[in-house]
Amino acid sequence: MRIKELKSDLCTLKDFEISIGKIIEEMWTEEAGPTVFPSIADLREWDLKLLERYKPFYMPFCDVCCLCTFGKCDLTGDKRGACGLNMAAQQSRIVLLACCIGAATHIAHARHLVEHLIEIFGREHSIDVGSVSVEVEAPVTRLVCGVRPKTLADLVDVLNYLEGQVTHLLSATHTGQEGSNIDFESKVFHAGMIDQVGMEIADIAQISAYRFPKADPEAPLAEIGLGVVDVTKPVILVIGHNVPPAIEIVDYLTDRGLYGEVEVTGLCCTAHDVTRYNPKAKIIGPISWQLRFIRSGIPDVIVVDEQCIRADSLVEAQKIRAPLIASSEKNCLGLPNRTNDSPDEIVKDLLDANTPGALILDPAKVGEVAVRTAIAVAPKRRKFKAMPDIDNVIEGAKRCLKCDDCRRACPNDLPITEAMAEAARGNLEKLSSLYEECVGCARCESACPLDFPLHSFIVKAAEKKLKEEKYKIRVGRGAIRDTEIREVGGPIVLGEIPGVIAFVGCANYPEGGKEVAEMAMEFAKRRYIVLTSGCAAMSAAMFKDEDGKSPYEIYSGVFDAGGIVNVGSCVSNSHIAGAAIKIASIFAKRRLRGNYEEIADYILNRVGAVGVAWGAMSQKAAAIASGFWRLGVPVIVGPHGSKYRRMLLGRKDQMEDWYVYDARTGEKVYVGPTPEHLFYAAETKEEAMVAIAKFCMRPNDTTKGRSVKLTHYVDLSRRLYGVMPDDIHLFVRTLADVPITMKDEILKVLEGKEWRENIIPDPTLLPRLIRRRRE
Amino acid sequence: MNKSKSTEPWQTAEIPGPKKALVITKPEVVSSLIRRAKNPILIVGHEAVEVQLKNEKLIDYMIRIAENAKIHVVATAHMQGEFFKRCFHVDAWMPAVDIANRLKDSEWKGLDGKGSYDLALFVGLPYYMEWLILSGLKHFSSGLKTVSLGMHYQPHASWSFPNLSVEEWRKNLQVIVEELGGKKNVHV
Repeated sequence: MRIKELKSDLCTLKDFEISIGKIIEEMWTEEAGPTVFPSIADLREWDLKLLERYKPFYMPFCDVCCLCTFGKCDLTGDKRGACGLNMAAQQSRIVLLACCIGAATHIAHARHLVEHLIEIFGREHSIDVGSVSVEVEAPVTRLVCGVRPKTLADLVDVLNYLEGQVTHLLSATHTGQEGSNIDFESKVFHAGMIDQVGMEIADIAQISAYRFPKADPEAPLAEIGLGVVDVTKPVILVIGHNVPPAIEIVDYLTDRGLYGEVEVTGLCCTAHDVTRYNPKAKIIGPISWQLRFIRSGIPDVIVVDEQCIRADSLVEAQKIRAPLIASSEKNCLGLPNRTNDSPDEIVKDLLDANTPGALILDPAKVGEVAVRTAIAVAPKRRKFKAMPDIDNVIEGAKRCLKCDDCRRACPNDLPITEAMAEAARGNLEKLSSLYEECVGCARCESACPLDFPLHSFIVKAAEKKLKEEKYKIRVGRGAIRDTEIREVGGPIVLGEIPGVIAFVGCANYPEGGKEVAEMAMEFAKRRYIVLTSGCAAMSAAMFKDEDGKSPYEIYSGVFDAGGIVNVGSCVSNSHIAGAAIKIASIFAKRRLRGNYEEIADYILNRVGAVGVAWGAMSQKAAAIASGFWRLGVPVIVGPHGSKYRRMLLGRKDQMEDWYVYDARTGEKVYVGPTPEHLFYAAETKEEAMVAIAKFCMRPNDTTKGRSVKLTHYVDLSRRLYGVMPDDIHLFVRTLADVPITMKDEILKVLEGKEWRENIIPDPTLLPRLIRRRRE
Repeated sequence: MNKSKSTEPWQTAEIPGPKKALVITKPEVVSSLIRRAKNPILIVGHEAVEVQLKNEKLIDYMIRIAENAKIHVVATAHMQGEFFKRCFHVDAWMPAVDIANRLKDSEWKGLDGKGSYDLALFVGLPYYMEWLILSGLKHFSSGLKTVSLGMHYQPHASWSFPNLSVEEWRKNLQVIVEELGGKKNVHV
């Protein structure tokens, strides 16, 4: 505020200037809990409780550390490196590094997005993720930071905090800092927690500003699959996670009445988010569809933003003569910065092939250049492909050396050599059959001494399958409504809805994405609440029943028993954590503000939620998982998830690990291994399904709820393993827990195990929550 | 495959570090290790029912090894029912990482409560998963030796076969079955 001159009875002011950085309007009357904006050690005691029960089991990739100029230190067994670190600490340090990378990625994404949205919509633009149906608009932020963001500007303060925390955490990994593996693990949990806040900030900002579906259970259906693209039109492909450039493409087309004339397609989370903006955009598929779609030659222009984009996207784009536009400073790809050039000049250079692509750090300019280039280049390219002909495949197969180098490079050990041998005889069936299990990494090609494009061989052999990839996905709905939480909070906590299962993460699947769809539908049929996000949400869509319907067409999008609920992109994972938090806050009326430990204790002991990251690949997925661990939600990964190199495993054979306090009396009560592990890699889909049912049990289950959960656990064990579970006695607390239809069998088991009846406590791990101590 | 690669990790990039598995050059080494062990255990993963060895599955060979060696067997994944179908009762079912976590614990008294194991044999897990589990045991278990019975070299084991063809592998397993004194109903 500036006042040139002000005269009053009291005084005269000249050239008065006052600047106020920020006025914090405090309208939130809820009393703050003990950990508002927690530092990296503030929740350490809670972490240690979890880590005492769920101890790390490390599985090092190699015997050495090579992070400093002492050179490689051999840490085999009980050796220590030159800095004094042992193998356990080194492994947990690597996990922390991974989680810091993941958290930094989401937080930096949020920073980019919020700054961009403030520039366009202004600092005072309201946060609105569901109008009156979502009053708790930012449950994770409220819980962790103790603030209630009202505007985009409020999010900046939270981001400042998050960035500071990532810096502290990352600094702990420097040589000569943290020396304890358990303290590294506590920091891993912290990284996960702030990652959840970062994701929430990013998603509530974009939901509010871009008017994405606002907690809408009936969010529209969009098309997904390689076969849904109209190849007669110019096609723009967007890849990545930060949606503003893709939105500018849609707006440019819409403003000029061109939308129906150009196809906007996407891969990975930008695809999710562009369909949340405009459901007429089309999703090609998860991250693993990148190479196959680019090489198909269908995209006329490729726009990449950030995260999970193949580093060779420019090389691949050049193979099909498609100009590439990089739109993020995090992923410049060596391209010239054309941000300050006129769109006319950039488009001309791209059309004349003076440059293979351009770096444009202005989303609006990206929108214009991408559209104009696509329209102009499409007739010239005529969908130039980088796919071999069938004859090329067969000829190549005849020259194959059968060295097995392709197979030895394949993450899934696919029998490529055998398939090539069949192809040499003119039979492409085996090559085609590899398509569904291929994760699209193309390591086989890099390994091939003859430089055969083996991934393309597989995709070509499966060409018919690609064309038939036509499915529907419900676009990401965002948050869960407070009203939905009120409806289902009771049945979840009491165990009558047997569990909430979130299928999340990447597409590094052991046997293809169909397993995600199969698992999601199985649990929806069993009346669990099934949530999906990210690449897993796409995989869950890529399935058809006998009527030709995809899972999102068959099952409701309501957060209720039997629903399959797509929350959205990677950053929408925060709504899954948010739903668990809101059960504690809205249903159970636990204090939310800065009260992390109590809420996590509530979730661990009462909310039967399980995360399943069947194809988890990235550091972001590691950070997402660690956020759930600290919140008390177990996470199951597929077999490739073992490469995160550390599990958090309970020991059901050690009875002393499974005691909680009864908050009513302070008495310590055995509650069985509920949940048994906090982080574990399942070997097969069948194993995962049985584990999911088991991990949904919680100490607080009522007898009716436990009976329902046991029914599913036993039924799945029988169906998938062919036997009764051998640990059922650990989950029966009273005879009323036993499902009536299984009574005779289970009683026989209990008799053989010297089982004794136990009480059902009001469970907590926190002594401070005990209401009345025993005399 | 090229014989020069026979003691390289099957997955090319999985380079282990200074301590690598001793190569089982003759199958008799395995039977001798089992016989000499005080308390051996066999862990069988889900691929045991997927791998065809002539007219039988890998699981059938494992059952004969277990019967002949009178050894504790843990089935991982959904394998318990597969053993059950073959009228063989495993000593326990548990996830692969779970049994590995217990084997790491020198205080664990084993499945029968009688004492810890000194030799663990692994077969039928996905290569990369077994690779990591064996690494965990190499670094964090004391007094436990590990053997990979798979057809590919597993450098983090104490002992491993080199990379073998399916037929070479089958013959090796058959010799182990016979060496342990069992039935000779499979012809090499």
